[in-house]
Amino acid sequence: MKKTLFDKIWEQHIVDKVDGGRDILYIDKHFIHEVTSPQAFTGLEKRGLEIFRKNKIVATADHNVPTLNQHLPITEPLSRTQVNTLIENCEKNGLELYGLGHQYQGIVHVIGPELGITKPGMTIVCGDSHTSTHGAFGSIAFGIGTSQVEQVMATQCLLLNRPKRMRITIDGELQNGVLSKDIILYILSKLTASGGTGHFIEYAGSTIRSLSMEARMTICNMSIEMGARGGLIAPDEKTFEYIKGRKFAPQGEIFDKAVEYWKTLYTDEGAEFDKKYHFEAEDIEPMVTYGTNPGMGIKITDSIPAPDASVGIQSYEKALKYMDFEKGNSLIGKKVNYVFIGSCTNSRIEDLRLVADFVKGKSKADNVNVWIVPGSKLVEKQAKEEGLDKIFQAAGFELREPGCSACLGMNEDKIPKGEYCISTSNRNFEGRQGQGARTILASPLMAAATAVTGKIVDVRTLL
Amino acid sequence: MEKFETLITTAIPLPMEDVDTDQIIPARFLKATTREGFGDNLFRDWRFEQNNVTKKEFVLNNPIYEGKILVAGKNFGCGSSREHAAWALFDYGFRVVVSSFFADIFKGNALNNGLLPITVSPEFLHELFSCVEKNPQTELIVDLEAQRIAILDNGKHEHFEIDSYKKMCLLNGYDDIDYLLSKKDKIEAFEKTQVIF
Ligand code: SF4
Repeated sequence: MKKTLFDKIWEQHIVDKVDGGRDILYIDKHFIHEVTSPQAFTGLEKRGLEIFRKNKIVATADHNVPTLNQHLPITEPLSRTQVNTLIENCEKNGLELYGLGHQYQGIVHVIGPELGITKPGMTIVCGDSHTSTHGAFGSIAFGIGTSQVEQVMATQCLLLNRPKRMRITIDGELQNGVLSKDIILYILSKLTASGGTGHFIEYAGSTIRSLSMEARMTICNMSIEMGARGGLIAPDEKTFEYIKGRKFAPQGEIFDKAVEYWKTLYTDEGAEFDKKYHFEAEDIEPMVTYGTNPGMGIKITDSIPAPDASVGIQSYEKALKYMDFEKGNSLIGKKVNYVFIGSCTNSRIEDLRLVADFVKGKSKADNVNVWIVPGSKLVEKQAKEEGLDKIFQAAGFELREPGCSACLGMNEDKIPKGEYCISTSNRNFEGRQGQGARTILASPLMAAATAVTGKIVDVRTLL
Repeated sequence: MEKFETLITTAIPLPMEDVDTDQIIPARFLKATTREGFGDNLFRDWRFEQNNVTKKEFVLNNPIYEGKILVAGKNFGCGSSREHAAWALFDYGFRVVVSSFFADIFKGNALNNGLLPITVSPEFLHELFSCVEKNPQTELIVDLEAQRIAILDNGKHEHFEIDSYKKMCLLNGYDDIDYLLSKKDKIEAFEKTQVIF
């Protein structure tokens, strides 16, 4: 039987099949963080259960940590309690924690790959929807709720229905100034915020193959924005090269053996998908969102469209009112006072390099505040080693310490009410970046260009 | 988990599409370390102004509507995987959410917490909205055993799908952990066959 990559990995992890169509799926790696784990620990305790496989859990603190003065105690009491609860729970249960102050601390979806924990063929879960990021390595990675966090802690397994399969193929060469973030925002604008529901997406095609691992992660990261369970990309030489030599990657002979196995992880020619889409890379421009879900995006040269069947008219009108935009508006020239470059979508070293490269010798416009929040301590360190911090400083960009930050505004990094923020994160929901904040999602290059001009601009005109 | 029993109740209409989990429970309320009390902040920014004054126009603040069923537009619960969204709805008093389409993770989370997500056809959803909006006293009956949701006044009803395993769990108040724990031998046997890199 011809099989998809997804099916190959899934089937290798079935412990048992249950009547009614569910599978007991074995989980290879479980990431936890401070926000969605405390209730799972308590639940476990209440049942009198122990953690089943301690060595398969890795913890970090990322969602509500401050991005300034991380060496000091957290001032916000609730955040402090949550982070301390994580520390206590990890200590009590003997779990590996890359908490504040640790050299490996960072956003959970950034540290997994950079430490070589994320590898092809694995099943990976975390109580966080953007776990889909790890799919870039050819693994099945998806977000789970806290009850499921508890399940995995108790049994290293989940009870699941197998999702349907979708393939999105993108072929051709990208225009200059168009990044992987634009690819995924473009796909989202075509398929809508619910277009992937019930599916696991495989991204394929020559454009995807040409992307770096970092860029691939950006795409898989936002699979969830289409409602998909996750997204994955078949591993190739680039994947193996990226993993090689990383802290927790297999070494020496074992690495070669692993590669041999990883090479079997691809979709067989002729395997069936429930849905297939095809896009041409040439059609993609720098993208921006104009509404309050990530599917409401346009090419930078387009104007805000009339609602179509995919967005209900009420939601459309509410979104435009919230954003204070009108149908037919272009976003070009729109004044923006906040620029956020960070989040598990675009906070890796490659993103920072791209931004630094662009702003070198330029400086930010007077009206804007620019926050660059690296995805991890290691990214921060590398950025400093490469002198990117100097470039940012000269440009008036503020390089902060790692965490989720203004992606969801759980810490102090909030966008004030009514203000526009061009953000490299993944969600533009109402109030996501702070109560009343207005988010425009875009690529790191578009964000950097906006930082320099103080208004939304087509980055291609500045290259 | 609480057992799910047949429910006869009025409903609250929320005819919005793509209601995301950030609206259901904004991130700043995710800092609790227990499961209780999230109902107070359900739809916080739609219910209250920044200075905590209630927004009269929001449906949960409209005294003519009450009940244990939330009827919502398509793609309810999209966005983040926060289970707090399901806890908040349950804690507020909802036992059922009806929509023509649910986001996957939300649906799973709801089922794991005794909150029944019912997917109905767009036509039936429309019917529900118009009946409830016309007469807020309209009672609905949800019979999980028979997998049926009906409008008491006019007898219109629809069958809904639910996974047989999840149905059994809800009816008996079991959860997945109880089941998985009973399979520990199989899990351990599986681990012995696994090659890991
Ligand atoms: S950066 Fe944003 S999207 Fe990513 S894990 Fe943190 S909060 Fe979630």
